[in-house]
Amino acid sequence: MDAARPYLAAFSSRFLLMLQYRAAAIAGFATQCWWGGIKVMIYAAFFAAAPAAAAASPMTLAQVITYTWLAQALLALTPWSADPEVALSVRTGSVAFDRLRPVDTYSLWYVRGAAWMASRALPRAALMLVGAGLVLPLVGLSDWAWKPPPTLAAAAAFAISLPLALALSSAFLMIVNIIVAATLTDRGVNVLFNSLIIVFSGNLLPLALYPDWARTALLVQPFAGMMDIPLRLYVGQLSGTGALLGLGLQAFWTVTLILLGRWAMARVMRRLEVQGG
Amino acid sequence: MNSFHLILRYFSASLRSQLQYPGSAIMLGIGAFLTTIIDMLAAWALFDRFGQVQGWSLGHIAVFYGVVSTSFALTDFFTRGFDVFGGECVKTGAFDRILLRPRSPALQLVGYEFRLSRFGRLAQALLVLFVGAAVVGVAWSPDKALLLVWTIAGGVALFTGLLVLQASFAFWTTESLEVFNVLTYGGIQAAQFPLSLYAAWFRNFLIFVVPLGCVAYYPVLAILEQPDPLGAPDWWLPTAPAMGFLFLAASFLAWRAGIARYTSTGS
Repeated sequence: MDAARPYLAAFSSRFLLMLQYRAAAIAGFATQCWWGGIKVMIYAAFFAAAPAAAAASPMTLAQVITYTWLAQALLALTPWSADPEVALSVRTGSVAFDRLRPVDTYSLWYVRGAAWMASRALPRAALMLVGAGLVLPLVGLSDWAWKPPPTLAAAAAFAISLPLALALSSAFLMIVNIIVAATLTDRGVNVLFNSLIIVFSGNLLPLALYPDWARTALLVQPFAGMMDIPLRLYVGQLSGTGALLGLGLQAFWTVTLILLGRWAMARVMRRLEVQGG
Repeated sequence: MNSFHLILRYFSASLRSQLQYPGSAIMLGIGAFLTTIIDMLAAWALFDRFGQVQGWSLGHIAVFYGVVSTSFALTDFFTRGFDVFGGECVKTGAFDRILLRPRSPALQLVGYEFRLSRFGRLAQALLVLFVGAAVVGVAWSPDKALLLVWTIAGGVALFTGLLVLQASFAFWTTESLEVFNVLTYGGIQAAQFPLSLYAAWFRNFLIFVVPLGCVAYYPVLAILEQPDPLGAPDWWLPTAPAMGFLFLAASFLAWRAGIARYTSTGS
């Protein structure tokens, strides 16, 4: 227990600090409402335009709509960019202090990154739940609302999958952080990974809606576990053995990326260039 | 030196400074090209699964998207100054210096930076536009080319208006309001699909409040030689981009009101 204490402290201090940015949360919420609203209207038009294709679709319109609101609500849970704190410490050279602390640098950055993403996602998700889950049905748009999970099993699977998604996203965030530490700038990697994540996490379009020939490949790639798998579990699109497979994939990629990250970190830290003065 | 020459001078200085890092400029350009490709990816996947929507095909969507994205890319070349105005000019008090110079503040902000990396977005937008037009069989004529230029000019005016409005708000809020990205980047997302897909209240927002529909949907219908399924009269379709210029004029009213009440943050 004592060994975990500094990391728990690092997590909670970053989490509480980031929760203070209320204006940013409200601005993010407004943005996500706009994108979510446009997407819902476009999906509804497509499903209405081709009833045969809609019937054959692997997700119903109601599932796609709930998926869309959830994806907007949990947007901040995906590693959109390198941890700005790490990028700043690499730029200013204060990364040297992190190396001097009597804790494991990888674990410290990992829990800080997890806290950063979780604290940004929490207020936005709460606002979105009120907006898309309560307000939309109240104003008579219940067809376009965020619905509860269809079964208890789906809810339970989502409850297990969401923390796994955070663990996986944090493991990937660490890879990005390590690239920043090695290249001394966060500009290039942020642009590059942004597009990868928006497409392959399912944020742009639920992965199940891409052409059927791509379905397996899209499910087994690591980004699916950051958002698509938990959301599919929530709407009940993955259940039974499929649900177990999804959770297994998330766990597999989390462990793989952590091992990869630790290995890369050891290499980068051996010849770390410290800027500043 | 007249204003035009001054702008050219500003731009050439900006270009020369960016070309000091040619590798970075080229990579950012390629990055912009690649990241904007994904704008069309979701539309492609949806058409692959559903075939069509209200009679529109992927080619039509490509033309809508190409027109609005070209307008935004062109705007993006010279509006960086307005984009960062709140944080870099009002908050720091640097706007005092701009006011002291014997040229209009708007002109100086246009000269703030000429963003070379936007060529990537422009190239992608034009590519999508002309490939889409070829797929749906648009027969280009001088009239249509002129209409396309007029449409894009209206779009540039509208997006410039949005950026000027964003900068104007900074006189009251001191900070740049990132929420405006919803109307620029989000506007491209909204305007790439025909207005008839949207609920009536959202459609009206895109026609009467932020007239994105007037610089994309209506004139593109004229280019595609399609009547408006929502029943707008035929004469309106090619006239609509004028709304972009009206929006720009209204934005400059807000800008002048903002300058009139500007008080320096000091130091």
